[in-house]
Amino acid sequence: MKLKGWKELKPGAVVTEPGSALKFKTGSWRAYKPKWVQENCINCLFCWIYCPDMSIPVKDGKRGEFDYDYCKGCGICALECPGKKGNKAIVMEEEGK
Amino acid sequence: MGKIVAVTGNEAVAEAFRQVNPDVCAAYPITPSTDLMQRFSSFANNGKVKTEMILVESEHSAMSACIGASAGGGRVVTATSSQGMALMWEELFIASGTRLPIVMALVNRALSAPLNIHGDHSDGMGARDCGWIQLWSENAQEAYDNAIQSFRIAEHLDIRLPAMTCLDGFIISHSIERIEYLDDALVKNFVGEYKQTNPLLDVDNPVSYGPLILTDYYMEYRRAHAEVMSKVKGVVLDVAKDFEKMSGRKYGLFETYRLEDAEIGIVVLNSAAGTTKDAVDMFRDKGIKAGLLKPRLFRPFPYEEVGEALKHLKAVCVLDRADAFGASYGPLFMEIASSLYQYGQRPLMMNKIYGLGGRDYMPEQAEYVLSDLVETAKSGKIKTIREYIGVRE
Repeated sequence: MKLKGWKELKPGAVVTEPGSALKFKTGSWRAYKPKWVQENCINCLFCWIYCPDMSIPVKDGKRGEFDYDYCKGCGICALECPGKKGNKAIVMEEEGK
Repeated sequence: MGKIVAVTGNEAVAEAFRQVNPDVCAAYPITPSTDLMQRFSSFANNGKVKTEMILVESEHSAMSACIGASAGGGRVVTATSSQGMALMWEELFIASGTRLPIVMALVNRALSAPLNIHGDHSDGMGARDCGWIQLWSENAQEAYDNAIQSFRIAEHLDIRLPAMTCLDGFIISHSIERIEYLDDALVKNFVGEYKQTNPLLDVDNPVSYGPLILTDYYMEYRRAHAEVMSKVKGVVLDVAKDFEKMSGRKYGLFETYRLEDAEIGIVVLNSAAGTTKDAVDMFRDKGIKAGLLKPRLFRPFPYEEVGEALKHLKAVCVLDRADAFGASYGPLFMEIASSLYQYGQRPLMMNKIYGLGGRDYMPEQAEYVLSDLVETAKSGKIKTIREYIGVRE
C-alpha cells in the first residue's frame, strides 16, 4: 500500500470511514498462535464469548476456523476452553515453528 | 455603539464569553482565573447564556471535557492559570493535535514551588510549544478584544486550532480599568455560527477521534500541523481588520511604539509594556530615540515581521517575565534573537529577567534598561548580556 503524504491527511487524524479498522490486520502482532483441535471441541462457544476481538467466526451456532488476520494470540480462548475429557480443544503454539 | 465601563480583566473576558454564548464550558477554579469563571458560571446560572457548564474535579478533567465537547460539535471555552495549566498539559497537545478550536483564557501566574499566586509568564511560556495559538494582552481592553477575536481565528476553516488569550494575573485580572464593551449583537455577528467539521455526535456520519498513529504517519501529521500554524498570522491579520471595522480598535501581529525612527528598543510582553511606554516617552523628551515592540501573537511567532521591525536598531533589550532554567536566555529573548539572527547587520542584544512571581516592575527599572541601552548603543559593547533586574543581591 502506498503511504500518503502530509498534504493528503484528514485534519486532526479524524477517521471518517466507519469500520475501517478492518483494514488494520493486527494479527501480525502475534507471537503465539491458537490451534483448534476439532476432535476435542464440544462447541460450547466459550472461546467466542471470551475472545476480546472477533477472531472466532460462528455460523449457524457452530464455531469455525480462527480468523488469524485479527487474532493477536492473547491465549484467553485456550485458557477458557473446557475441552473434552481433560483434552483442550485450543492449544497455543509458538509462531514460526 | 457599545458602552464604557470600569471593570477588571477577568470581568472583561467573562463578558466576552457571555456575548459569544458558547455551547459548553468546563473549568476548575484556580487563582487568579477563579473570578473569571465564577462570573461566567453566574451568567450560566442566571440564564444569561445557554452554555452547559460541566463540573469537573480537576483541570485535567476540565480540558478533557472541553476536548470531548469540542469533538462532539460544540463551541467550547475554559480558563485557567499556572498549576491548572500544568495539570492540563497532556490534554493541551490532544486538543491541538486533534485540531479542536477550544478557546481558553490563561490568566498568567507563576508556577510552584515556592508557591506563588501572582503574575508571571512561566505558565504560558511552558506551554508555548503545545500547538496552541497564543495571543498576549497588555490590559483588560486587549484581553477582551483578543478573547473575541480568538474565536474567529481558532474556528477559521483553514486553521481549526485551539487558542489561548493570555493576560497578567492580578495586575490585569484584578485591576479595574476603563474599557469599551461592544454591543452583544455586534459580537454575536462577528463570531458568527460555529459548525464543527466532523462532529462526533453526528450519528448519520460516524467518525472516530484519537486513532493510534505510529511511525508510518506521525511525522506527516506533525508536518501538517506546522503548515496550519504557518497560515495563522494571515488569519490573525484578516480578523483584526474586521475587528477594527467593528470596534475602531486596531490590532496586528505585534504593537510597535515610537519604534520606526528609534535607535534603541525594548521588547516586552503584556502589562509591563504600559510602564515601559511611559519610560520611552520620558527618554524621547530627553531627545533619545527610544522605542518599544510588544508581541501579541506569540504562537505562531511572526519571525520575519518582528525581525524586519527591529533590524534597524542599534541595541535591543528583551525583558522576560519567565526564566528558562539551564537555557542561556529567557524564552522571549530566544524568539527575538532567532528573528534577528538572519540579518548580517543586527542590533546588539541583551536579556533581562524581571517581575517573577508578580514582583512589581517599576518605572525606575524601565529607565535603568533604557540607560543601559543608550550606553550600549554608544559604546558598541554589551556590559551584561543577561541579568536579573529588581532582585536583591
